[in-house]
Amino acid sequence: MTPSPDVVIVGAGIVGAACAYELAQAGARVEVIDQSTPGSGATAAGMGHLVMLDGDELSRLSLDLWHALAKDLPKQAEFWNCGTIWIAANDDELNAAKTKPGVEMLDASQLYQAEPNLRPGLAGGALATRDSVVYAPVVTRWLLEQAKAKITSAGVTAFDTLHAGAVICATGALTPKLLPNLPIKPRKGHLVITDRYPRLVHHQLVELGYLQSAHGDSNESVAFNVQPRPTGQLLIGSSRQYGVETESIDRHMLHRMLRHAFEYLPALRDCNVIRTWTGFRASTPDKLPLIGRLRDHLYLATGHEGLGITTSLGTAKLIAAEILGRTPPIPPEPYRPERFHG
Amino acid sequence: MTFDVAILGAGPAGLAAARAAARSGKSIVLIDDNFAPGGQIWRGASQIELPSGVRFYPQTRLFAVDPGFTLHTEPLGTIHTTTLILATGARELFLPFPGWTLPGVFGAGGLQALVKAGADIKGKRVLVAGSGPLLLAVAATLRKRGARIAGIAEQANFGTVVSFLKKYPAKLPQAIALRARLIGVPYMTGVWPTRFEPRQVTLSTGRTLKIDYLACGFGLVPNTEVAQHLGCRLDDGFVAVDSRQRTTVDNVYCAGEPTGIGGLDKALEEGERAGAAATGQPVSRKRSHTGAFVRDLAATFALHHQLYSLAGPETILCRCEQVTHATLAPYREWRDAKLQTRCGMGACQGRICGPIVHHLFGWTATSIRPPLVPVPAASLLTTETPPEPENDRSDNAHPSNP
Ligand SMILES: Cc1cc2nc3c(=O)[nH]c(=O)nc-3n(C[C@H](O)[C@H](O)[C@H](O)COP(=O)(O)OP(=O)(O)OC[C@H]3O[C@@H](n4cnc5c(N)ncnc54)[C@H](O)[C@@H]3O)c2cc1C
Ligand SMILES: Cc1cc2nc3c(=O)[nH]c(=O)nc-3n(C[C@H](O)[C@H](O)[C@H](O)COP(=O)(O)OP(=O)(O)OC[C@H]3O[C@@H](n4cnc5c(N)ncnc54)[C@H](O)[C@@H]3O)c2cc1C
Repeated sequence: MTPSPDVVIVGAGIVGAACAYELAQAGARVEVIDQSTPGSGATAAGMGHLVMLDGDELSRLSLDLWHALAKDLPKQAEFWNCGTIWIAANDDELNAAKTKPGVEMLDASQLYQAEPNLRPGLAGGALATRDSVVYAPVVTRWLLEQAKAKITSAGVTAFDTLHAGAVICATGALTPKLLPNLPIKPRKGHLVITDRYPRLVHHQLVELGYLQSAHGDSNESVAFNVQPRPTGQLLIGSSRQYGVETESIDRHMLHRMLRHAFEYLPALRDCNVIRTWTGFRASTPDKLPLIGRLRDHLYLATGHEGLGITTSLGTAKLIAAEILGRTPPIPPEPYRPERFHG
Repeated sequence: MTFDVAILGAGPAGLAAARAAARSGKSIVLIDDNFAPGGQIWRGASQIELPSGVRFYPQTRLFAVDPGFTLHTEPLGTIHTTTLILATGARELFLPFPGWTLPGVFGAGGLQALVKAGADIKGKRVLVAGSGPLLLAVAATLRKRGARIAGIAEQANFGTVVSFLKKYPAKLPQAIALRARLIGVPYMTGVWPTRFEPRQVTLSTGRTLKIDYLACGFGLVPNTEVAQHLGCRLDDGFVAVDSRQRTTVDNVYCAGEPTGIGGLDKALEEGERAGAAATGQPVSRKRSHTGAFVRDLAATFALHHQLYSLAGPETILCRCEQVTHATLAPYREWRDAKLQTRCGMGACQGRICGPIVHHLFGWTATSIRPPLVPVPAASLLTTETPPEPENDRSDNAHPSNP
């Protein structure tokens, strides 16, 4: 009989894979269990925008970790430090953007120099130079390989039957099926990918209004969010919906999202679309993930909303620190599960 | 715009369906992505009669269908109908061998279509290779347009081809007529290309031939994407239909190659039956084209297993994303291979590499999503009614090349 692993991780998305990698680096024997192909959940649906959000230490830490990891990643991981331009539609938005840490402000002419295809009449933008993009399924597979994790193909129905020093739940938007009492709701998103149009867009372009869409609680919202892929393709987002659990395209959302994107980037109208799809974010009331011990030897690494590709690396650091009794690299309190019950 | 019946595909099956359906007096719309009716076989034919009462929209691509049905088309917009006939035909099967992606290598039907559309092939030396009756037809067209046919390489054995023709003597005159147009052209059986380099092909016999173009067709793959998108059941890769051409989805009929590769006569007969059944007319009980013919055709031209191992490690299997055989070989299933290598993620969305990886690795590449064909982003928003066509029916009856 093979000895039982030190750590069992349920879920082989990018969050589970990052935890496996981090714990293996510390010498742990890791087993990862997934009911489907590793990296085929939200990790395959997401945009792969590595983005720092103001005041969120986890995203700042994670972005540092991504830059450190980049040189080791395989070429197919498509890590690209293209930067983000947060677009200000008017002067109010532009003034508000000035408080963002670590950005270079662009006035209107600088904005159009950087992105000539944006619609006329915009006020300017804020360039976050360290933001990047990545192709997450390849990173996930690479992290699992580096961890030499044992990968088991199975659906988990209960955690008590898993025997290991620590069990990590990294089941993303499916978490409520296993732990129905956690405050996690699936939040659906639509994405559209075009054929190759190199040089149409040079940075990830996001309207400043995106943060309202992401952090608000309205049942349905869209925001302008376009990403140039290293392949020359354009990835068009984003939409957010609560209360819908079917994977199929909701045409009204797709229409709203595209119409909104055309307003910012009219040239998109003529770009050939080759595929559309949807995915589910694991959304918590404060939009921050649940990271840390839940009970006994069960730990949570889930609830990453629309930022889990970015924050997977930082999440793994926090989880590993807690399991191994090390000092966490950032204060873990904002992410602890107990913030919701006590 | 609303019609009683919508027919997708204006090849022989779709045209036969339109003719039969038109007898009912119901309103009928026929759409096709080509610039003229005729499908693959009658492509560019100068005179194709469209029955009266049928509204034809050429160069119109269906990219999504909602239940009930609303057809989303590009560039027309939406069309409403209660009854749908799918006559979407087939496309060529490509098989990878070293050099198959180089300039100079064409799909056999693809080169035929290019030449019919006016491409100049005069004096070019062409080898037509692969399998099936299509090779003769392609060689005959190319020769008529001035190509010098270096040979036809049929991978099936001579004996099997002969016993097929003996069993179906009705196909003999057609074969003889085609052969007569190809006098002096060597017809090699049990032979296939193993490598292409510019201006030279190597055959499985070890022989090399100096050629300009290699035209390859290893058989046909049914276009079942629309049927799958609608939820129709497939059996063994073909759309399941009953004796009235009904699919497993209410009010959706299917005719021609998607129900089984059987060629022109089968397409015509099934189209007629689908058009009649879909409009509540009596359906002829006579069926000359049964499953047996489809099976015999498939068995006769079944591909030799060595054709699946021609690709070298560096041979590209997914053209859109340039994914090689060596990159794909370690994977065990399609989803994983696709996510990790991008195979099937490009513009063709697996239409070309899907059948290839199916034959080479046994993977089934299934994930049909709208848009079924690439369309401009703005078209995804179209909900307005399509405009009346500029030409009326009488003009459509004489599609002349521009
Ligand atoms: C449209 C969209 C756009 C996004 N864009 C971005 C972006 O640009 N940048 C960014 O940082 N983030 C983005 N995200 C968020 C990001 O994709 C997710 O936060 C991240 O992928 C979550 O990773 P995960 O490993 O937690 O979940 P997943 O990738 O979903 O992995 C969970 C895994 O657990 C498995 N599993 C679940 N239940 C069980 C069970 N009972 N037994 C066994 N296995 C189980 C699943 O099969 C799955 O493989 C986006 C998300 C969406 C939907
Ligand atoms: C490339 C090729 C060349 C061929 N050449 C010959 C030949 O020379 N001689 C011969 O005897 N047989 C030939 N065949 C075989 C021949 O096509 C069939 O035997 C016969 O034509 C089948 O008729 P069909 O109506 O089922 O299909 P088709 O003739 O293929 O007609 C289907 C039509 O539907 C259209 N269509 C499909 N999907 C959509 C969509 N989403 N939106 C709009 N339109 C759509 C297609 O463009 C096509 O015009 C060829 C087949 C192929 C694939």
